[in-house]
Amino acid sequence: MASVKMPQLGESITEGTIARWLKQPGDQVKKYEGLVEVITDKVNAEVPAPLAGILKEIKVKEGTTVTVGTEIAVIEESVPATAAPPTPRSPKEGGEVAIAAPAAAPQSVPSVPAGEGQGEGPESRTRLSPAVRALIEEHRISDAELSGITGSGIAGRISKKDIEDFVAKRAQPATANGEQRQATAPAAATAAPTPGTTIPLSPMRRAIATNMLKSKQTIPHAWTVAEVDMTSVVRFRQKAKDGFKLREGIDLTFVPIIVKAVVEGLKAVPVLNASWSEQGVVLHKDINIGVAVSVDDGLIVPVVHQADRMSISGLAKAIDDLAKRARAGKLGIPDVQGGTFTVNNPGTFGTILSYSIIAPPQAGILAMDAIVKRPVVVEGDAIAVRSMMNLCLSFDHRVLDGVSAARFLQGVRRWLEGFSEQVPLY
Amino acid sequence: MAVKTVIEAIREGMDEEMARDESVFLIGEDVGNRGGVFLASDGLYKKYGELRVIDSPLAESCIVGVAIGAAVNGMRPIAEIQFADFIAPAMNQIIEEAARFSYRTAGDFNLPMVIRAPWGGGVHGALYHSQSIEATFSHIPGLKVVAPGTPADAKGLLKAAIRDPDPVLYLEHKRTYRLVKGEVPDGDRVVPIGKADLKRVGTDLSLIAYGLMLTYCLEAAEKLAADGVSAEVLDLRTIKPIDQAAIVATARKTGKVLVVHEDNRFAGIAAEVMAIIMENAFDALDAPVMRLTGPDVPAMPFNHVLEDAFMPNVEKILAKAKELAAY
Repeated sequence: MASVKMPQLGESITEGTIARWLKQPGDQVKKYEGLVEVITDKVNAEVPAPLAGILKEIKVKEGTTVTVGTEIAVIEESVPATAAPPTPRSPKEGGEVAIAAPAAAPQSVPSVPAGEGQGEGPESRTRLSPAVRALIEEHRISDAELSGITGSGIAGRISKKDIEDFVAKRAQPATANGEQRQATAPAAATAAPTPGTTIPLSPMRRAIATNMLKSKQTIPHAWTVAEVDMTSVVRFRQKAKDGFKLREGIDLTFVPIIVKAVVEGLKAVPVLNASWSEQGVVLHKDINIGVAVSVDDGLIVPVVHQADRMSISGLAKAIDDLAKRARAGKLGIPDVQGGTFTVNNPGTFGTILSYSIIAPPQAGILAMDAIVKRPVVVEGDAIAVRSMMNLCLSFDHRVLDGVSAARFLQGVRRWLEGFSEQVPLY
Repeated sequence: MAVKTVIEAIREGMDEEMARDESVFLIGEDVGNRGGVFLASDGLYKKYGELRVIDSPLAESCIVGVAIGAAVNGMRPIAEIQFADFIAPAMNQIIEEAARFSYRTAGDFNLPMVIRAPWGGGVHGALYHSQSIEATFSHIPGLKVVAPGTPADAKGLLKAAIRDPDPVLYLEHKRTYRLVKGEVPDGDRVVPIGKADLKRVGTDLSLIAYGLMLTYCLEAAEKLAADGVSAEVLDLRTIKPIDQAAIVATARKTGKVLVVHEDNRFAGIAAEVMAIIMENAFDALDAPVMRLTGPDVPAMPFNHVLEDAFMPNVEKILAKAKELAAY
């Protein structure tokens, strides 16, 4: 018997949810054959069977989330060259016993480990260290709250840090509520708020919450905006888009053009394509651009790797492919890792100023806001109707200062404003 | 401030104390003209003469016995045991006489003497030149035991030991002699006996060590930082009297403690540190207190591979610390 464990499907992933079992108990499985589909914070993945044999038992039901390393199934290894089933008893004991034993065994075997499996997780979770107990007491954490905490220790043990993180998270909404209550104190006195509905947290929701909180708590964000005249780009796209669609089979959007401009900007200001560390600012060799894609219950940021080696059409195809796969839940781990800078496109929803939160450990994120026609004073003090767009940059002020950020935005703006048909599309 | 090695710091410490106080003298095998086998007393014979830098017979019982007699008579002897491994013939003088003298005479006499002993492995010294003796002597009431790990502490603690009114066993790790370099403050700086030193501040776990293992723990902590684990490193410096407050403080702070020494495991210093933590910081612990030590085998082996297997090193500390961090 070999146990199949919840695999670690990427760095910083600590748990996974069983989406669908592709095999049922009793099924024959080949080595590397798809066994189960797992949903993690970041991606969905098919977990292959680690060895050939018969799936004896499924230990974790579909829809259940377990920590990495938890046993999820048991496979009985196939023994080569044994045609007849092994006789479990010595011949001395007689035919009857020998026949009864194999019949009874398959029934009794699954029931015992099933009991163990159920007990194992909760027990290691509830074995709390003195430090954890003291913190629970100090912060008056209820049993219900405790059962909602994901243990990061061995076998899902809840560590002191897990409790401290939970307390920090819990404190945030509480303070906000406190302020709210103060502001609306007279109204609240007369009518108690009607309890609302609680939407359970999906792994993605939780991951977004953790990352955003970490970002805002650790990165001193600074924010700056540049106004870009997109008229040339808009005209160019208008002209080129039909041909592009015909040739490439996908729409030519503004995103790959902006990403291209961002790549050029990062080449000119490499300190923005970097990460903060206590040892120093790490300048990244590759320019890997994350592109935010909204999906059903949240947001995912797949990464265009080595974006600096791609043409606009190459970027368009890569982004289109990533976005489609993101919405279909078909991204792989490498698709969401290694980003060095992010581009976000809230402008499609008509926003004009967006303050994005940086995705750690990156040093910046650029939001494209809506392209709108506005009267603008142009050369010769004339007023003209131009297509204007705001580019909003959030940057890690530990890594760089306003001068570099502004230089980057200026580079992006100049590149976009200088856009002409001479810029190669393919 | 200048950067010095541990051996230079020890030599300087003896030199300064001998210049400051005429009652201070050195006795040991080859300490005179030869300047000591590790050159700890290099130049002192020439400077202070044969009456203050005395070449002894090859008899440790004699070295310590002479020192006891001199100390009773108001001198401040430094007795050098060439290798800590050779200290056994002087056990009777150290335990039965030196450690108990003040108690036996109801405080009428005390013995202001220092026994210097180069200890520890990792130098390919095998059975007779590698052992750790701190646990053996720390068990004896009446003795103070110090084991500095840096040049500054080596000099400062040597001064404190020489000026101390009671017998002090001063352990100098051979491997650190020329390996560990560091800033040594100028002037007459005394490091008090009984005070541990937080050599690195961290939040996730605590490494507690002394002697050579301090250097290894600091290296491991640096590597842990790269993995996102913030390790605190507490240097005991003095083994007895042990700094309970500092041990308890770091244990309470991080809740996760790993004690490291190269001495044998059974009834070693780690066991004592762990007991202190259990008695005083149990309610703050987030993981079982762990230890990484030399194994319970008769002696440090000569075979290079086996010596490596015996000695805790940076990789072993790192692996154990990661286990602790993940708990």
